[in-house]
Amino acid sequence: MNLFNFLNRRTSAPVARERLQILLAHERVSGNHSQLVAVLQEEILAVIAKHMQIDRDKVVVKLDRGDDVSTLEIDIEMPPQTQSQARPELSL
Amino acid sequence: MAKVLVVTSGKGGVGKTTSTAALGAALAQAGQKVVVVDFDVGLRNLDLIMGAERRVVYDLINVVQGDAKLSQALIRDKRLETLHLLPASQTRDKDALTSEGVARVMDELREKFDWVICDSPAGIERGAQLAMYHADTAVVVTNPEISSVRDSDRIIGLLDSKTERAEKGERVDKHLLLTRYDPARAKRGEMLKTEDILEILSIPLLGIVPESQDVLRASNLGSPVTLADPTSAPARAYTDAVRRLMGEKLAMSIPGDKKGLFGKLFGRRVA
Repeated sequence: MNLFNFLNRRTSAPVARERLQILLAHERVSGNHSQLVAVLQEEILAVIAKHMQIDRDKVVVKLDRGDDVSTLEIDIEMPPQTQSQARPELSL
Repeated sequence: MAKVLVVTSGKGGVGKTTSTAALGAALAQAGQKVVVVDFDVGLRNLDLIMGAERRVVYDLINVVQGDAKLSQALIRDKRLETLHLLPASQTRDKDALTSEGVARVMDELREKFDWVICDSPAGIERGAQLAMYHADTAVVVTNPEISSVRDSDRIIGLLDSKTERAEKGERVDKHLLLTRYDPARAKRGEMLKTEDILEILSIPLLGIVPESQDVLRASNLGSPVTLADPTSAPARAYTDAVRRLMGEKLAMSIPGDKKGLFGKLFGRRVA
């Protein structure tokens, strides 16, 4: 292991290059849109909370930007049936 | 037609102020009317690097707030008649800069000069965004080091979204200026290579400034490196960068301290 480290000690640049490529590929996609996703999540939560009680952690908003297709995925786990029956009538 | 150029990087300590001074002086040496503007409010240093720290009376904030006329705040360089400095304030904070005020000052500078070079503060906050907002051209200063490359990538994203040009659906011309480069270490695989960084950031290369003792010597003396020692390796790199900025097509090389042989050895390895 020591010998291996010694031999590879000098060529750290390829490691740096690879780490950067992976990191930036991720940051360019998600980084720019993280704020949008956070805003969406808050507003969706607010709308749902008006009508039913939900667990904040059970709402997942995901944004995937691709070259051709982008998807916005909203996953809301509903509360169990017993709870929803107990809730008051919707008043609009 | 005046050009507004921002020298930016995200990361601190990579050479924004050194590069602003060197590029500004080299442009003035080429006969252009140049003003270098320090946007680093509260931490001004461009005055020191330019050797004008004892001549500052009024600053950018005084002009932005209407307390001084632009002509009162501009400091003319003692060595180059066409080179001017608009210093930042050392005592105020950057909240004193209003976007309307900055816009008005930039308009006035555009009328007076061929080149308005804005030295951005580090970071991506308000100060950095104000410095880049009016830019036509950006020089992204990057060291061959992962944190600097990552921050440059972030800044490139902001140049494409948070500038006046971006808001109008136009583009800021972005250029990469690689500083503190050590060709020998890059060759041995100890340092990111020019082509690695170009591939990752994918903006055109303006120049490669080699790591050199001449840069510190110039800043000690309060003189842009292109004036302090015009034949030094970093000065030649900056002078070449300026010729490219003015539209010349030059083959890319890394100027070396040992003229000739060094350049021949590494000149070919550059993208």
